[in-house]
Amino acid sequence: MASGKLNEGPKILVFSTEKISDPAIDMAGLLKLHYPPTVYTIAVPCSSAIKPRWVLHAFEQGFDGVFIAADGTDCPYGESCTEKTGELTRVTQEMMKEKGMDPSRLKMAAICSVCSEAFVKHVKSFTENLLKTSN
Amino acid sequence: MNKKIGVYVCHCGGNISDYVDVEKVRTAIENDEGICLAKTTMFACADSNQKEMVDDILAQKLDGVVVASCSPMLHLITFRAVVERAGLNKYNYVHANIREQVSWAHSDNKAGATDKAIRIVKAAIAKVREAESLEPLKIKATKAVAVIGGGVAGLRAAIELAEAGSDVYLIEKEHFVGGRVSQWDTLCMTDETGKELVTRLYNELMKHRNITLYTGAEVVKHSGSVGNFKLELTLRPRYIRFNCTEEELQKAIDVCPVEVPDEFNFGITRRKAIYHNYPSEYPHLPAIDMNNCTRCGKCEKVCSHIDFSQKIKQVDLTVGSILLATGFDPYEPSEGEFGYGTIKNVVTLQQFKRIVHYCDNNLVYNGKKIENIAYIYCVGSRQLDGENKYCSRYCCTSNIYTAITVKKKYKTIHNYHFNRGIRTYGKQEVLYEESSKLGDIYLQSFEDDPPVVTYQDGKTMVKINDILTGHKSLEMVADLVVLVTGMVPRKDNATGELLKIPRGRDKFFNEIHMKLRPVETVIDGVTIAGASQGPKNIMESMNSALAAAAKSFSLINSGELALEPIVAKVDKQICEWCGKCEAACPYNAFSKLDVEGKTVAQVNKSICKGCGMCLPVCPVDAIELTAYSNKEIEHMIDALIPNP
Repeated sequence: MASGKLNEGPKILVFSTEKISDPAIDMAGLLKLHYPPTVYTIAVPCSSAIKPRWVLHAFEQGFDGVFIAADGTDCPYGESCTEKTGELTRVTQEMMKEKGMDPSRLKMAAICSVCSEAFVKHVKSFTENLLKTSN
Repeated sequence: MNKKIGVYVCHCGGNISDYVDVEKVRTAIENDEGICLAKTTMFACADSNQKEMVDDILAQKLDGVVVASCSPMLHLITFRAVVERAGLNKYNYVHANIREQVSWAHSDNKAGATDKAIRIVKAAIAKVREAESLEPLKIKATKAVAVIGGGVAGLRAAIELAEAGSDVYLIEKEHFVGGRVSQWDTLCMTDETGKELVTRLYNELMKHRNITLYTGAEVVKHSGSVGNFKLELTLRPRYIRFNCTEEELQKAIDVCPVEVPDEFNFGITRRKAIYHNYPSEYPHLPAIDMNNCTRCGKCEKVCSHIDFSQKIKQVDLTVGSILLATGFDPYEPSEGEFGYGTIKNVVTLQQFKRIVHYCDNNLVYNGKKIENIAYIYCVGSRQLDGENKYCSRYCCTSNIYTAITVKKKYKTIHNYHFNRGIRTYGKQEVLYEESSKLGDIYLQSFEDDPPVVTYQDGKTMVKINDILTGHKSLEMVADLVVLVTGMVPRKDNATGELLKIPRGRDKFFNEIHMKLRPVETVIDGVTIAGASQGPKNIMESMNSALAAAAKSFSLINSGELALEPIVAKVDKQICEWCGKCEAACPYNAFSKLDVEGKTVAQVNKSICKGCGMCLPVCPVDAIELTAYSNKEIEHMIDALIPNP
């Protein structure tokens, strides 16, 4: 993105997790791995704690995409996290379909505490996909 | 209730304000609802600003505070303490991360970064409006620390922790402790040997009954978190019983047909698959290297103490904290780099030190007497490309010290130092002077024009365009070329990967904050020490080992840890018991409760860990998590999106 350009791209809300994926997002900054500034993060304790209504609220308020940066198998609260985050993503996507929304606007991927490059890759390609589908 | 809120936007020197217009951020939020005070500050964490915050809170009777600065990993605790000093409950403080997740992440787009920073601060303000005062929860912490790595840093940390009163498990992957320092002879500035240092540490270690040493040990599994980590170790057996006599052992070593390069001597000598420790390695017990043993059985015939029936053992430990001191590898030059591996008399600094160790009256290598030595500096460090951009700190000093030692021992030696600027910093600077006075020659070049090593007509030539003599092309015939190789991270990072310890751009373990939190990692309860974190000399490794020991100990010392009082709450009006929350909870924190004839769910606060896994499964949305209520999250979302 050219220097000085305003934040006009697709707006993405990221739900990160305080112990696992948020440190990876911090480290992306530390390593100066740039990604669009239209990516905003709210950190929660665990990715299995994200309520579908929060995701739907974000879309209603004008976010173009929501990305769940999941704990995956590193979750400090236990192994069931992967499955539970997957399930809440599925349930939310069902609710999106019922509302006539494109379920691909919600994405989920495990981001471990050192997966900075993976995070940047995900949000960049998500931004591109959202640009394509919105046109 | 309308809170009176104060907001501080930090420049972080220029780390934030070089990319984010902090004044614009301040003016964008100063008229928002409830904002009584909005300031920018050069360093929010500075003592003077902390004092000012306390004064502001008291004078303006603030009941909510936001600081927009670095990651909460660094300073959430700092600013919570500030508001506490001003008499506020610390949960009325909210942190906005506009450095790692804004100014640094978007240093390529200043306007975009500023806009994002405004949104992030507005979201933090939205959260602080809803924040409640809370009291922390306490959990029991196991008063034991696992120290991983038995080099001098690990040994020193283990002793310190034991003296403070903690149980210590010292876990060493090799069969012997002592690490790299056991491989060195005399060390600057005191001429003590590595053996002497390691021996003193080991003897000290053995005095402490609350230290358990595991050798041949590796952590293969871990679970739990700070206060109660569970580790599973595997212990490789030595395959030799403890009471083996020297005589029988020597017979077994003599008959062993397997010879491998001896890593203790960096491959300049060879050892058998059954081998004894060096005098500077402990414990003094031989071992069989099963990776190379062919099980031919010859040793069994001459030594009754060989025991191939010994099995790999498993040990389970519970510890409150983990201290990593896993050390470094010397840089291994690639084939042909300054003639390494292709020209016979090109060796690394580490190999050279071992060669000097084995030489008596004459300095000889490959049967040839050595007189003219060329030292090529910064091999594998300060590289233009790749990961090794850093200075390895110890090599200039170590090399000049070794060169002086050699020159004093063998009078006919001539030392030629092909360097890129000498960094014998601090107290070690006198070595540089001493070597110059002894007549050592220093030649210098830049990184883009390094010296060239060639081999022709049986001679090894080193050529340089020397910038100290106005780019004169100078050439010498070297009897030995020493590549002054620096430090690289351990090739085997299995433990780091298992514990998910972040590594920096240089691939060494990364601390939370280089200056303020230099031995902690983002994994709560895991500290780092020694060269696992980056190149360090022995003195610096000891400093960091003691710091890491103090930090690990402070976590577990009281036997209790204060945890965030973040717990799930059930709205008993809405709840119609269905059991889904109970099924989702990993800790069995839910139970049934009868309220006026209706069965509802209730949460046991001392069991709930605040993960929130119960939140999305409730079909009637009756559960909220402290500090992550619908109101808080949804108001943050509203603040993040610009008005449509």
